[in-house]
Amino acid sequence: MQFATTSSPHLSGPQSVTRVMGMVLLALLPGTLAMFWYFGWGVLINITIAVATAVTAEAAVLRLRGRAVGPVLIDLSAVVTAWLMAIALPPLLPWWQTVLGCAFAIVIAKQLFGGIGFNPFNPAMAGYVLLLVSFPVTMTRWLPPDVLSSGALSLVDSLHITFSGTPPLGQTWDAITSATPLDEMRTQLSQNLMISEIRESPLWGDFGGRGWEWIGNWFLIGGLFMIWRRVISWRIPASMLGALILVSGLFWAIDANTHPFPAFHVFSGGAILGAFFIATDPVSASTTPRGQLIFGAMIGLLVFIIRTWGGYPDAVAFAVLLLNMAAPTIDYYTQPRILGQREHEDA
Amino acid sequence: MADQRTTWSFYGGLRMDDHKALSTERPLQRMPMPARLILPLQQHIGHSAEPAVQVGEQVKKGQLVANAVDFVSAPLHAPTSGTVIEIGDRPIPHPSGLNDACIVIEADGQDAWAELPEPLPDYHAHSSAQLRERIRWAGIVGLGGAAFPTAAKVNTSGQRPIDSLIINAAECEPYITCDDALMRERAGDIVDGIVILRHLIDARECLIGIEDNKPEAIASLRQAITQSGQQDIEIVVVPSVYPSGGEKQLIQLLTGKAVPSHGLPSAVGVLCQNVATAAAIADAVLRGRPLIERIVTVTGHGVGQPGNFLVPLGTAADVLVQHAGGYTDRVHELIHGGPMMGFGLRDDRVPITKGTNCLLAASRDEAPPAEPERPCIRCGQCAEVCPAQLLPQQLFWYARARDFDKVQDYHLFDCIECGCCAYVCPAHIPLVHYYRFAKTEIWAQERDREKSDLARRRHEARQARLERLERQRKARLRKKKEALESKSGASDAVDPKKAAIEAAMQRAAAKKAAQQAAPSSED
Repeated sequence: MQFATTSSPHLSGPQSVTRVMGMVLLALLPGTLAMFWYFGWGVLINITIAVATAVTAEAAVLRLRGRAVGPVLIDLSAVVTAWLMAIALPPLLPWWQTVLGCAFAIVIAKQLFGGIGFNPFNPAMAGYVLLLVSFPVTMTRWLPPDVLSSGALSLVDSLHITFSGTPPLGQTWDAITSATPLDEMRTQLSQNLMISEIRESPLWGDFGGRGWEWIGNWFLIGGLFMIWRRVISWRIPASMLGALILVSGLFWAIDANTHPFPAFHVFSGGAILGAFFIATDPVSASTTPRGQLIFGAMIGLLVFIIRTWGGYPDAVAFAVLLLNMAAPTIDYYTQPRILGQREHEDA
Repeated sequence: MADQRTTWSFYGGLRMDDHKALSTERPLQRMPMPARLILPLQQHIGHSAEPAVQVGEQVKKGQLVANAVDFVSAPLHAPTSGTVIEIGDRPIPHPSGLNDACIVIEADGQDAWAELPEPLPDYHAHSSAQLRERIRWAGIVGLGGAAFPTAAKVNTSGQRPIDSLIINAAECEPYITCDDALMRERAGDIVDGIVILRHLIDARECLIGIEDNKPEAIASLRQAITQSGQQDIEIVVVPSVYPSGGEKQLIQLLTGKAVPSHGLPSAVGVLCQNVATAAAIADAVLRGRPLIERIVTVTGHGVGQPGNFLVPLGTAADVLVQHAGGYTDRVHELIHGGPMMGFGLRDDRVPITKGTNCLLAASRDEAPPAEPERPCIRCGQCAEVCPAQLLPQQLFWYARARDFDKVQDYHLFDCIECGCCAYVCPAHIPLVHYYRFAKTEIWAQERDREKSDLARRRHEARQARLERLERQRKARLRKKKEALESKSGASDAVDPKKAAIEAAMQRAAAKKAAQQAAPSSED
């Protein structure tokens, strides 16, 4: 009897790229719902626009490249990229800016480098940074963290803002928008206010910005879920947040009046989202165990440096992109020793 | 008995469903002697054996039919009495699917034994060299699957002394249970073999490493150890994590020592042997019997009555499967070895060899068709499971780019092809396949380089030889001419003394030239 032959191993595990990406999306749900709770419909509108753009852009490029569209779209990586970018965007961003950023992420940052697996930069962050440097006004126009509960902006209002780019009739931008806690902290510090004074503003919660701190907690839960399911390793989040806490704690210990408490750094802006969901993007991150620790710690350090002395209130996107560039070099110099390799043989 | 010994752990590995119950439900059965036996001359690592019989010759059971030709080689013996009907190329169990030289014996049904060498029950009285010679004669090779000639492996003279003899009873690959069956049925022989091995290499301690999914085998071994009075043979039960039965992994589990990369276990004072090899050594030394049969697991949902069978070497796989209830209609692939490291057989008429531990007649569920390969997302799962602590994705990257220098910098040749990386890969990349490709390419390049070096040396030697011959021819011609001239012009009164001196000088010059050319002309 004759048989077809295949190469060993003849078994394969249950893992697939689709499952990995699906797991990431699942882990994003609690944080996303928290954002919806605090910032209203704009969050979901952004996600919808971004996902639709990403899927369309990916399909279009694949068709141009003469590749099969279905098997690539099913890996869900475009959805993850779009989702990550959407939740980093302000909820009132004009629709075409979301489309632009997302199309840039998929077409330029991902597909032009060869598609999934070949992009040197995190596509979501590349798209985000493009928007941040191009549209600084709309990109810093955030909402106060009680939009949904106060009923300030209905679904119709939100749609109106997103698609017309103007505030609802009879309202002004100033009436509905608010700076982010990081932005607020930065502005006030530059006016030589002390942190104890700054924190009297109603924008503040128990340890970070009101609302923001809880969003951070829900993303943290998603991140821990991914570590538990071994979708990501603990190394990058732990070293990134560890470095951020260490360096901010050091400056806080030196002068608590001009440097915020470490928890503020961790639970504001994109620190938690970045540590668990963005810096851990395997394609653009370090892959060796020691390399991941260095990669994460450097991001944490850069986040602190840019937030404290740089030109932008938040810094996760810049820090991640800078370290993406360094990842291949870090990997090269941090190859683990193989079984039975002696110390002096280190490659 | 001290089996509370601390065990270490090895990096990576997988916990998998073992599917072993499928073949352990029925007791070990002896396969009846088939009508025809096919013995490949190469069923071990090293040089092929050379036939010692001719077509048409009558052979007896246990008679030597092919000689080992080298230190790393193993002889073959007739598994039954009969007639040699063919010596020629036949399909053999090899991943290439190519044919190779085999001796084919037609059984006469008598199963009559040849005269066997003297049993050596008092093996203590014999030197290590004598015992090694007996093991070598018996054609014993590592029966765990690698089939390295045992006599060469146990020759530890000139190396550092062996502290630990490790007996590999882990049998970690899913589906395979032939060692389990052996331990349940022949634990006494295994212990005898271990004692001989230990005497042979003078090991300080002896450890049997076995996975915790084989309680019956553990109990059976324990009883045999107690009966033999060899209480200092330790059974070390290790967790069932594939590939705990890899030589380097088992050594690390039991001793905490890491065998050097590119090194042998003897570098850390360890010698590792499989349980079935130990039993074969007992047969050879205590009964004077060569290796002519082995236990083979026939399993999978593609076969009617899965189980373990004591099979004469040379039995065709299809005959064995018939004996095991034949194929079911679910059979999809026939795998030689286990599902992680075995290779698919294209043709089921290949013989069972010394290295055949398992035939897995796999259904479509048991060996599912490969998912389409996707780009690597660098998730690093492969590096987390690699027991050799390699970076599989870097190896893949450079193997695919055919950068064979880089791929060796990343320690390609430390890869044991266990398949863990490909198993966990979410992008379904057949990683091991890429590594095998790179290895064979590198070997081919090395062979080509050796060949071209040899060709160049031959060419140079030939040039030198031709030049030398030409010089000699010219010298002879000149001499002749001068001799003629001196004869014809004798009246011219050339000084004979002067001519003789000149001739002698020419002879010396020719001789010198010949000597200069000589050293490089040996081809």
